Amino acid sequence: MKSKTADRIATGVFIAIAIIIITLLVGLFSFILVNGLKHVSFDFLTSPSSNVRAGGGIRDQLFNSFYVLFITMLIAIPLGLGGAIYMAEYAKPGKVTDIIRSCIEVLASLPSIVIGMFGLLVFVNTTGWGYTILGGALALTIINLPSIVRVGEDAIRSVPRDLKEASLALGITKWHTIKTVILPSAFPSILTGVILAAGRVFGEAAALLFTAGLSTPRLDYANWNPFSEQSPLNIFRPAETLAVHIWSVNTQGLIPDVEEVSSGSAAVLVISVLLFNLLARWIGSIITKKITATK
Amino acid sequence: MGKIIPAKERLLKSEKNWMDGELRGKILVIICAVIMISATISITIFLGTKGLQSFIKNGVSLIEFLTSTQWNPTNKANPEYGAFPFIFGSFAVTFLSAIVAAPLGIGGAIFMTEIAPSWGRKILQPVVELLVGIPSVVYGFIGLTVLVPFVRGHVGGLGFSLLSGVIVLSIMILPTITTATDAMSALPKNLREGSYALGATRWQTIRKVLIPAALPSLLTAVVLGMARAFGEALAVQMVIGNVRDLPSNLLDASATLTTIITLNMGHTTYGSVENNTLWSMGLILLVMSFVFILLIRYLSSRRKM
Repeated sequence: MKSKTADRIATGVFIAIAIIIITLLVGLFSFILVNGLKHVSFDFLTSPSSNVRAGGGIRDQLFNSFYVLFITMLIAIPLGLGGAIYMAEYAKPGKVTDIIRSCIEVLASLPSIVIGMFGLLVFVNTTGWGYTILGGALALTIINLPSIVRVGEDAIRSVPRDLKEASLALGITKWHTIKTVILPSAFPSILTGVILAAGRVFGEAAALLFTAGLSTPRLDYANWNPFSEQSPLNIFRPAETLAVHIWSVNTQGLIPDVEEVSSGSAAVLVISVLLFNLLARWIGSIITKKITATK
Repeated sequence: MGKIIPAKERLLKSEKNWMDGELRGKILVIICAVIMISATISITIFLGTKGLQSFIKNGVSLIEFLTSTQWNPTNKANPEYGAFPFIFGSFAVTFLSAIVAAPLGIGGAIFMTEIAPSWGRKILQPVVELLVGIPSVVYGFIGLTVLVPFVRGHVGGLGFSLLSGVIVLSIMILPTITTATDAMSALPKNLREGSYALGATRWQTIRKVLIPAALPSLLTAVVLGMARAFGEALAVQMVIGNVRDLPSNLLDASATLTTIITLNMGHTTYGSVENNTLWSMGLILLVMSFVFILLIRYLSSRRKM
């Protein structure tokens, strides 16, 4: 009978662990949302932040977050997909492929602050750009690349062999098969993976501290000339993103309403990441339905 | 979706000079692969040379840097560069948070695969995915506003402490450990059935059969979590207190390599000795992430046997 008691105790412990994990999540989310959402208003989202006075908003930070994400994806998606196609279709098993695989593994496991330091060294100091959106986007590209390559490679490999062979048997060249047969049918899983990766980039802060900087110049949203100093579209201007803003107001800020601003920002940040997750699932399931005709 | 073009037309529409497109495509993807290799190599080389500068150019003693507990770089007459308290802090938070998070993470994975495979997985899986999605600054902010006052009021000390850092990191690496333990469900079914057929209880099966069989994968998961903890910067920086002394107990404020880098990189002049020692700390982070990769490689080679 002793082993039966031990079994019961162990089951109880496992259930307790599961409950702890669930409580943690529920606690964290309700804390973020309950505390944060009461500070989020239209005004909060659309007014510029303030360095000293209370009542600042997060307009520029929010825009910067999305803009940095956009530029990052503009660089990372083609690069990552190219790498994925190479790994899935062109790479022959051997030394070179092993080296590339190790490189991806190394990139994936580097702490983001180390990549931020590399960005500071290369994109900020060596190039002489200073803190720029482009530097931040390049640093985030390095962080993001391994996951896009991995998602892309898995997606391409899981395309049914018959499709590829049928295309090749019709006398279509390899590159054309990849372009017209393999990529379209791998598209849903790639899209889902890319949106999930975007959610992670959105909350990244450590790599941006030293590359995109802690400040934003005064922006004029009517100015759409990407080469103008005040234009929000200029990629050679410093940009504080939402995640960086939360950190900086808490550690170096002078404003009296630190808690309000940062809990509001945290809620916006978490909701955005949640939306990315939901969007990824939703788009994934819609496209799968359209393409495969399953219910 | 627009107009649907039949595959026949799409495929026949290829350029006349098809060999060109073929070559161009191949070159394109090879360039992408080369960029990935060169990014990795240049990170290693750039950070390596920059990190070694404080020892080669500024004459900081490597032994002093790694073992001395005196960190006083701003002292003009006798600057001291002992980074041991930070190295110790990094390892302390990493190991302690792994000790806290490993049983919880692995327990969660076992709950999902063994205790309640149907509904447990349906609830816990999304929970774990959502936990991964919370950005690290948000963890830091919650740590700062909830955990630090709680520790100050109920446990003692200032609140900014090694303990707060460990708790924040444990929560952060918990999902890493749980997701990676999917390997539990990949174990062959007959292991379980064989054990049950011998009359073993579920706990005996888990303890004597399943955990030993999945051990390399479980350790890999824990190492992945430790790698994440070692490199985490902002969340820890916000709760750990950032002092230059060696902590004597869990409630003392402390500092880690990452927190000192985040804190001082902006304040120090680029190229000064103090700044260069920060790059040396970055180099330690880089080297440690290589060590973690080698550890994972070693564990997964054992898994294949």
